[in-house]
Amino acid sequence: MDLNKKFTPETWPEHPERATLEGKNKFVGFWLFLGGETILFATLFATYMALKNKGPSGFGFSTQELYQLPLVFVMTLLLLTSSLTSVYAMHHMKNYNFKKMQLWLAITAILGLCFLGLEVYEFNHYVHEGFTFGNSAFSSSFFTLVGTHGFHVAVGLVWITLLIFRNAKRGLNLYNASKYYTFSLYWHFIDVVWVFIFTVVYLMGVIG
Amino acid sequence: MSSVAQKRGFGAALWDWMTTVDHKKIGILYLIGGGFFFVVGGIEAMIIRLQLLKPNNDLVSAGLFNDLITMHGTTMIFLAAMPILFGFMNYIMPLQIGARDVAFPFINSLGFWMFFLGGVFLNVSWFFGQVPDAGWTSYASLSLASPGHGIDFYAIGLQIAGGGTLMGGINFLVTIINMRAPGMTYMRMPLFTWTTFVASAMILFAFPPLTVGLFFLTFDRMFDANFFDHQMGGNTIIWEHIFWIFGHPEVYILILPAFGIFSEIFSIFSRKRLFGYPAMVFATVLIGFLGFMVWAHHMFTVGLGPTANAIFAVATMAIAVPTGVKIFNWLLTIWGGSISVTTPMLYALGFIPSFVMGGVTGVMQGAAPLDYQLHDSYFIVAHFHYVIVGGVVLAILAGVHLYWPKMFGTMLSETLGKITFVFFFVGFHCTFLIQHWLGFWGMPRRVWTYMDGQGWNTANMISSFGALLMAIGVIVLVINIIMTTVKNVRVGNDPWGDGRTLEWAIPSPPPFYNFTQTPLVRGLDTVWIEKQEGNATGLTFAEPVTDIHMPHGSIIPFFMSVGLFIAGFGAMFHQETSWGLPLLIFGLAWTFVAMAMRSLKDDLGYHVTKEEIQRDVNNASKGGQN
Repeated sequence: MDLNKKFTPETWPEHPERATLEGKNKFVGFWLFLGGETILFATLFATYMALKNKGPSGFGFSTQELYQLPLVFVMTLLLLTSSLTSVYAMHHMKNYNFKKMQLWLAITAILGLCFLGLEVYEFNHYVHEGFTFGNSAFSSSFFTLVGTHGFHVAVGLVWITLLIFRNAKRGLNLYNASKYYTFSLYWHFIDVVWVFIFTVVYLMGVIG
Repeated sequence: MSSVAQKRGFGAALWDWMTTVDHKKIGILYLIGGGFFFVVGGIEAMIIRLQLLKPNNDLVSAGLFNDLITMHGTTMIFLAAMPILFGFMNYIMPLQIGARDVAFPFINSLGFWMFFLGGVFLNVSWFFGQVPDAGWTSYASLSLASPGHGIDFYAIGLQIAGGGTLMGGINFLVTIINMRAPGMTYMRMPLFTWTTFVASAMILFAFPPLTVGLFFLTFDRMFDANFFDHQMGGNTIIWEHIFWIFGHPEVYILILPAFGIFSEIFSIFSRKRLFGYPAMVFATVLIGFLGFMVWAHHMFTVGLGPTANAIFAVATMAIAVPTGVKIFNWLLTIWGGSISVTTPMLYALGFIPSFVMGGVTGVMQGAAPLDYQLHDSYFIVAHFHYVIVGGVVLAILAGVHLYWPKMFGTMLSETLGKITFVFFFVGFHCTFLIQHWLGFWGMPRRVWTYMDGQGWNTANMISSFGALLMAIGVIVLVINIIMTTVKNVRVGNDPWGDGRTLEWAIPSPPPFYNFTQTPLVRGLDTVWIEKQEGNATGLTFAEPVTDIHMPHGSIIPFFMSVGLFIAGFGAMFHQETSWGLPLLIFGLAWTFVAMAMRSLKDDLGYHVTKEEIQRDVNNASKGGQN
């Protein structure tokens, strides 16, 4: 593969992320990886549902009193919007518009960072109320499920930051197109998991 | 590579193996690593049988006995059987589909080093004198109560090794989906490739629950969490569910590649197309699917209720149907074939009755009411050794004999091979057949010793004697390997003379790029078809000789694994020492920096030029086809 090969929007392939064998392998491999991740989160969800509201005798925390829907609503908006902006970025990648792709990815990263900031604030708030990781089975399963999601967001942020800076001077080519594309897959996956967390943890916790 | 032996320093050779991304070398590394742990687990087994040789024996203490059974089970499943099968998958599967490497050579190397260092991590526990002792299933009510760091070694060591396995599974899946040679449709894939495919898919869906379960255990033991502690609202049964949602598919992950190896052997040495190939493929996929539906049959006595027990009992028995389909297809492959009873064929012939016995006792335990009687008795021990040893280990030994000439270019002695078989096979039945009766007679499993006068003495002595025979068989195999390596009689492309699939049409060992030209696959058993039509090379090519793109080697996978190894110790000691937490962060940062280095540096690989390939081809034909 020649990194210096110059493309125009006309010669740029329709599916740049799958134009090489390496790209095709990454594409299929990453989808499979996300399949495994789905099972991983499914296990965490099942455990959370089994241990929800469970604690030692005299345990004072319940989902109804703990969760604050307004904050979670803002977090949800931020993350869903970041998924949309990553779609814009991929749209520009397919049109071989490197600058706009980078711009939209940067916006995606900023939205993700805001989400993560709010999550840190939320966790910090709980810990100050005495709802610590070791407080009960409920707290352990809550922090592990939501924390694993937050960890995935953090990994995604580092990933996209490295990609943006690493390729800033080089522009788009068939070698890094698949890297950008797998990131966008990952980001959508994180988003879908959050939709389930919002529903199962927060919504069903407060209303259900 | 070339047949000219090159003099190289030890350091250069070591560096070459540590940085290799060649699927064949990684396959051999898996075999070496797995073989090493197989010996370790075997020694543990021998000590267990020595301890049980006679009543009231005190060769080892009760605590050490718990360490031994735990480490024997864990080592044999995770560090011996899986990696050795991974070795065959790595080496043979890409050759069978006409590929030049796996889809992700770098990740392949990473997977190996994570397995190996995870295994080392687990076994380092022996030097700390704090060994996992809650059984290989490590049920939470036991493992949370276990003092010392034994269970920590289990949780973190398996976490690292399991991560490597998951990567390997994804890698094989993508390789088979994307990198088959022209004409290699799904229904033309050799059965070993099919079983690799299904086993890899099972790894993809079975290992994430293990990852999560081990994290829970790690958090509970080292980070104050309370998943399994009922006093804090936790639930110990959650571990059992998660473990078996992984653990039951795991045994099919082990047995399916074994089925694949035997399918190749039956077909080659009966000189017949595998009988009912489509049914075999369908049965493989069905077993893979049903394997996820039966985990609670390990928990019949937990008290899930009659409804759950009934559902899981029926699902368990249903698996006997596709397995039976396979057994009959193998028998019908032999039927009317032109049979040659070579060492691999001998193992295959021995496998059928042995495995059927293990399967039948499995169906017995699948009947929930009967399982209440058999639970936790030696009957269970007999059953799972009949399927694992009678299925997986026989397949591994058969595979070693079958593929040795392909991997090392020299043939293992058939005479010694047959002696190995006789010792191992007789020893195996001698050890485990009698244990069925020990179970009926009431001997519980996992006991350190037993009292005199219960009628168990003779049976235990017979069982221990059988273990000795198995050990002799393995020693004969080692002698065989050493003698063969010293003699080093070179063999040609198809040492068995009846190879049917692509790996038997290229040199032994193959050049590092596998195929000079990508082959064109014209049907199931394509090499056999070509030979029948008078094409002695067994290959038709899909392309002219062109430059071949190959990946660079890299030391980064090794470093990434070392980082995790270091982090593991940090996590383990962070509660009692001040340096634990910094060490944990340091190890993870190390891994991350190595990962970032890999990602920031473009590695586009290199090309083997047309001229070099042509020169290799000419050398090979001048060097004399044997």
